[in-house]
Amino acid sequence: MTGKLRTGKLGRLLLARRGGASWHWTDVASYAYLALGVLLMFGPVLWLALSSFKTPAALLEFPPSLLPMAQSEVSVQGYPQPLPLFRVTMEDGSVRELAQVRRVGIVAQMVDPAAPGQTIRVPADRRTPVRHMALAVENYTDPLTQFDFLRFLRNSLVVTVVATIITLIINSMAAYALSVYEFRGKSVAMLGVIGTLMIPITIILAPVYLVVTKLGFVDSLWAVILPGAATPTGVFLLRQYMLTIPRDLIEAARMDKASEWRIYARIVMPLSMPALAVLAIFSVMWRWNEFLWPLAVLTKTEVHTLPIALNAFQGELQTQWHYLLAMTVVTLLPVALVFAFLQRFITSGIANTGMK
Amino acid sequence: MAGLELRGIRKDYGSTAVLKGIDLSIADGEFVVFVGPSGCGKSTLLRVIAGLETVTAGDIRIDGAEVTRTAASDRGLAMVFQSYALYPHMTVHQNMSFALENMGIAKPEIAARVDRAARMLRLTDYLQRRPAALSGGQRQRVAIGRAIVRDPKIFLFDEPLSNLDAELRVATRKELAALHAEIGGTMIYVTHDQVEAMTLADRIVVLNGGRIEQIGTPLELYNRPANLFVAGFIGSPRMNLLPTELVRGEAAGGETGRAATLGIRPEHVEPCGEADADLTVRVDLVEQLGGETFLYTSANTGGPNGLPLTIRCDGQSRLARGDLLPVRLRRDHLHRFDAAGLACRPDPLPARSHS
Repeated sequence: MTGKLRTGKLGRLLLARRGGASWHWTDVASYAYLALGVLLMFGPVLWLALSSFKTPAALLEFPPSLLPMAQSEVSVQGYPQPLPLFRVTMEDGSVRELAQVRRVGIVAQMVDPAAPGQTIRVPADRRTPVRHMALAVENYTDPLTQFDFLRFLRNSLVVTVVATIITLIINSMAAYALSVYEFRGKSVAMLGVIGTLMIPITIILAPVYLVVTKLGFVDSLWAVILPGAATPTGVFLLRQYMLTIPRDLIEAARMDKASEWRIYARIVMPLSMPALAVLAIFSVMWRWNEFLWPLAVLTKTEVHTLPIALNAFQGELQTQWHYLLAMTVVTLLPVALVFAFLQRFITSGIANTGMK
Repeated sequence: MAGLELRGIRKDYGSTAVLKGIDLSIADGEFVVFVGPSGCGKSTLLRVIAGLETVTAGDIRIDGAEVTRTAASDRGLAMVFQSYALYPHMTVHQNMSFALENMGIAKPEIAARVDRAARMLRLTDYLQRRPAALSGGQRQRVAIGRAIVRDPKIFLFDEPLSNLDAELRVATRKELAALHAEIGGTMIYVTHDQVEAMTLADRIVVLNGGRIEQIGTPLELYNRPANLFVAGFIGSPRMNLLPTELVRGEAAGGETGRAATLGIRPEHVEPCGEADADLTVRVDLVEQLGGETFLYTSANTGGPNGLPLTIRCDGQSRLARGDLLPVRLRRDHLHRFDAAGLACRPDPLPARSHS
């Protein structure tokens, strides 16, 4: 029943038309455009996920393949190493599967795994490799055991959770003041907050680094958590939302003998839940993916967050792409899950706060 | 429960004066209604009393204690808002107990008070619902309940019935009157609806343009309006206002000699024989309500448009549009106003509505 319902819904989603009984050219154009969008947005993610299961050799092979394939190999009696398997078109037109012993120029020396005693010489262009789907799970298991993945995961989690909580508290208090109170210089303060949006982190990197150094935060997670805790985007988003809370409610709470702290905590915060959820999601994504600032202030390996740690796979001379891709997938998963579960808050919250 | 004293209250928004010197004292247990057209400052005055607006000048005393600079939360008043302002994320019970929690009252006492108020307002079955799941009338009652549980010094109502439909408004009006009789608190009620004002008030304060036009019991205002504004505002349909010359015997100046305008309520204009008639009017519209009839007529003054005159007759009428009708104004119910619009009253005798 539910299966039927789901296909029904999916069918409606994928076959919805402009109205009318038949397909209009605008329907076709819409679908083509949407398909292009899906391809552009999810293509790289799909490629990343598939490639993370490729062996280093498969990653470098040309032409590249989308699926993680590997050449089949066989152990042949008399040869210490497993030999790669090829499909060879013989001179008489028959096709045989042979293992390659070595290749000299344009000629390959092959051996039939069934009859290992006799080598066969075959022109190199008459054979094609025999391939099968192979998931290089060791891309995941090796780093998780050798590379201190769990420590970096913990660091990233601490930074993300603590920074998000602090961000929510600080930003909501600022937004409360900027939306509920009337005071001299209120609009100047608001403009100041919004104005900081125009300053990119690269400009303030050095001065903030000096401040953090003086405070003795270098190589502690606080150096990453604190400087970004008050975000202009967050203050603006929450303020816009709080402006939509009827003033009568706040006045009613004042008449009800509630202190300002109580109004903030019991009335305004619960009513701002959609906006807080949006900010929480944004904050989680920002903090989880943050790279430049942690790279600047976290020099010791044991305090590295995941994005910095991933950077370690990228050496000056060689890059361990297979590990890098696999660990990138692992790093993406939590934030993708957060997004998947909370995305309805984002859409409703953004619609409500007027943020675009 | 407490009395309230306002002295020289002024409120300016920038260069706009909204309240231009209000002096008013309200006795303990009184039901006072502020009434006036929109923009007259009645809501601002209520918010000033509540402490939600600061005053530009003047002082406010509650129970003799100066509270002009006291924050709204510390004045001990309760307010029912026009929008009800129920906390949408709390249940009815939480809405009503929020203030009590803020006051630091013990849990059992809170439960008892909420329970009592809920029973009084027939909300017992809805205590666990959120405001969104209530009807307009129920929300209204929750808003009142939220005020009652506080046992406040003064209840403030800001147009509390204006969001209800007509039928519910009448019913809730009766309940409010009953509530005042039952708990007997000092209540200040703002409305633009003069029927609410007449039916609920012990005393009505008529405001216009930031000033008090008149203060008095409903019947005082009805029978002895102090000026043209009050005369025109109180009473439905409105009092008829006629130039003095129009009425025979008054043209010479009547008894007072200063009157420029005559006022007469629709029920005090009576059809009569040609001989006794003060003026003859042409019927423009007849409204038959069954028990009474309103005749909207115009007196022929020689101009292109006649002077409108509304007549209330008991029972039903056979008159139709276009009929000519000689009418007489009952002399003992004439209101006389001078050129400045103030009532001229040489007579100590009240102009009673029913003789």
